[in-house]
Amino acid sequence: MEAFVDIDGVTLKYRGASGDIVALQDATLKVQRGEFVAVVGPSGCGKSTLMRLVTGLHKPTAGTIAIDGKEVKGPVKMAGMAFQNANMLPWRKVIDNVLLPLEIVEPYRSQFRSRKAEFRAKAEQLLATVGLAGFGDRYPWELSGGMQQRVSLCRSLIHEPALLMLDEPFAALDAFTREELWCVLRDLWQRLGFTVILVTHDLREAAFLADKIYVMSARPGHIVQIKSVPFARPRDLQVTYEKDFGDIVMELRMKIAQVRQS
Amino acid sequence: MNPRTLEKLSPWIFTIAIFLIWELACIVFKVNTSVLQPPSAAFAAMFKLWKVFLYHSWVTLWVTMVGFALAVGFGIILGLVVGWSRAIYRGLYPVMIGFNTIPKVAIVPLLILWFGIGEVPAIVTAFLISFFPIVVNIATGLATTEPELEDVLRALGAGKLDIMLKVGIPRALPYFFGSLKIAITLAFVGTVVSETLGANAGLGYLIALEGASFRMANVYAALLLLAFEGVLMYAVFAGIEQHFTKWAFRSQMSAAG
Repeated sequence: MEAFVDIDGVTLKYRGASGDIVALQDATLKVQRGEFVAVVGPSGCGKSTLMRLVTGLHKPTAGTIAIDGKEVKGPVKMAGMAFQNANMLPWRKVIDNVLLPLEIVEPYRSQFRSRKAEFRAKAEQLLATVGLAGFGDRYPWELSGGMQQRVSLCRSLIHEPALLMLDEPFAALDAFTREELWCVLRDLWQRLGFTVILVTHDLREAAFLADKIYVMSARPGHIVQIKSVPFARPRDLQVTYEKDFGDIVMELRMKIAQVRQS
Repeated sequence: MNPRTLEKLSPWIFTIAIFLIWELACIVFKVNTSVLQPPSAAFAAMFKLWKVFLYHSWVTLWVTMVGFALAVGFGIILGLVVGWSRAIYRGLYPVMIGFNTIPKVAIVPLLILWFGIGEVPAIVTAFLISFFPIVVNIATGLATTEPELEDVLRALGAGKLDIMLKVGIPRALPYFFGSLKIAITLAFVGTVVSETLGANAGLGYLIALEGASFRMANVYAALLLLAFEGVLMYAVFAGIEQHFTKWAFRSQMSAAG
């Protein structure tokens, strides 16, 4: 079966202050449609570069990236993205922040005026599913960090992207809020069935959410291990306290410690 | 008195206190009036010749506002152009800084030569002195767009114009309104410099004329009126800023808290 996201032997070099820097070396990832993939690794391993490559913001130096059988040559226009920073537009109400992608991406863009009421209803509904019913008319500064990150998730999903790219989206949150948002993301994913590539440092996060975990080494970043996570879906937070879960996290931990050393 | 009313009254209290100290200092130290006039003499002159002062104040005000309006228009256009492309930014910056370093007082004689004595050199001077902060602030606002936000939009297929309209320009608005407060006071400086060197009307002209005749009370009256106009216009633009960019003040407050 052909992979939905097919990253094949991708290398990215760029010119740094002291010669060429290899950010990514011969990386190969195959992500099936609807799969939840996590990429973990020490900092500076080119995880974020991978995000920019998949969304078409960067061209690989070598290798190819294809989504849904089509090679990525420019901005993919069909991915949702969320980052560690919620990146809200402070002059817009929450609902208008969520609606932003619809003002950009076709076919919504040309219908934005005529179907505005419908889009707003959709955004309100999406906000409700992340526990923010009735918050649409607030401004971002009235929301806590965790709430802003929920809004950011809604914004990345409003245009029903087939692919969601997450770059450490929960890294800046406290432990309790983070676990809460794991469940929010889990439920959204299970309901909507999009494909996810989640870049994270947090091994528990990766093991709890993902079907498959790719472990990357530090510069030049390449994939050193692929680990399938066998736990049944839907997963409860309880699973994170089981021994098998601990074993997986421990195994990943050892692998990363090993690649950091070398 | 509760702290809020005190905060509201404090600009008035301070202003009145400064005038009182000034007045008292003149009396207590028996300052020669050719060295320093007491404020009472300046106010008395203002009332005695109110028609003259009103006329010249009006000329300075409209001349400044015309020059300032030109600066805003030109500043917005140039700011957007400079903020649009890094190449233009890098290319124009040294030129603009060089130009801004030249004291405008040095250009006024040229302007008088070109446009003759009158309002035009004053308008041009006000314009030249006040557009720079507007350009720099708009360009800065545009240049500091969060790269991640740009990524989000670009990955969705947004063009440069989309990013500018949806993010860059709204983001630059607080910078723009902030710069207006600086620019308006500079515009007054420009007008008065030019009026002092070559004009038939305006507070600058009046200051030069009355100063040459040693009617110092009139000079002080003109200076006070000039200061008043500056404060007034500053307050107007501070109000406009508050109105249009409330979100910037609030979000900063929440970021701090």
